[in-house]
Amino acid sequence: MSEHIVHPRIYITIFLILMVGTGLTVLAAFRDFPGPLNAVVALTIAVVKATFVVLYFMHVRYSSRLVWLVIAAALFWLAIMFALTISDYSTRSWLPVM
Amino acid sequence: MPEGLATTHEAGAHRALQHHFENMEQQREAGTLGMWVFLVTEIMFFGALFLAYTLYRYKYPEAFAAASNHLDIRLGAINTVVLIFSSFTMAMAVYFTQVGKRRASIIGLLLTIVLGVAFLGIKAVEYHEKYQDHLIPGRLIPGNPFNPDVHELKLPPGVPVGNVEMFYWIYFAMTGMHALHMIIGVGLLTVLTIMAWRKRFSPEYHAPVEITGLYWHFVDIVWIFLFPLLYLLGRHMEHG
Repeated sequence: MSEHIVHPRIYITIFLILMVGTGLTVLAAFRDFPGPLNAVVALTIAVVKATFVVLYFMHVRYSSRLVWLVIAAALFWLAIMFALTISDYSTRSWLPVM
Repeated sequence: MPEGLATTHEAGAHRALQHHFENMEQQREAGTLGMWVFLVTEIMFFGALFLAYTLYRYKYPEAFAAASNHLDIRLGAINTVVLIFSSFTMAMAVYFTQVGKRRASIIGLLLTIVLGVAFLGIKAVEYHEKYQDHLIPGRLIPGNPFNPDVHELKLPPGVPVGNVEMFYWIYFAMTGMHALHMIIGVGLLTVLTIMAWRKRFSPEYHAPVEITGLYWHFVDIVWIFLFPLLYLLGRHMEHG
């Protein structure tokens, strides 16, 4: 697989998408969404922005399968760390502890 | 030739090709993969900080909202724009190196350095404001312990100031580690600029630029998450 050169036009597009995302996240922060939706909206925008950076600025879209596997493994372990720790802290009050 | 013996590359091989790689392509792929493995350790490292943030935010929602509202949203947003712009100039520096435009790539690298330093400068202004408001947690600064103006924080009654202090521990740990990564990044970019100046890169060999780019974009991603989580989390309650 030879090196893929990303055209500057794509970089400019991604840059503009990231700028729009930043504007949106600031605007959304001042609106009062019901329940925990403010955090959900903010994190969704952040994840979308990060995905664009990873795929295009970091060339992962054009990288080998091995790079994809390494990133997937990282996200998987990150999910384990969050899931196990939060399941502990969020359930501590369920049982009376002597 | 029997297997396992060291081989010498044929005469036409690029001089940057190390002896344990077959060709430049394999060397480049190995470098990229190695950098990603390093970035995985960085993801886990920052992941732990984000996890600490999540747990304490869940535990102290009112204090976190009040403390977050005290951060300067304007400076935070400007820094987000500065950092994303620096990621763009970094990507362009990589592109110009790939196509062999040395002057343009040096300009890209220098712009990235300038934007990185601007980010750190704005961060320093924010830190100084926190210092003046006695918001540096614990007794990190001799003679200026954590002692905020409770009235100004608009803390709901019954919420301990210690919970606000927890927010600031996490704020300084996360933005501080992020700023340290930025400082290291600016250092790496300076080395790259000197290397580019000395004509060390070519369309065939530019792995250091590519790999430092990966690092710089990673640091940008960390900030993409830090900005909403630290600066924006309580704004909607302020105006509700």
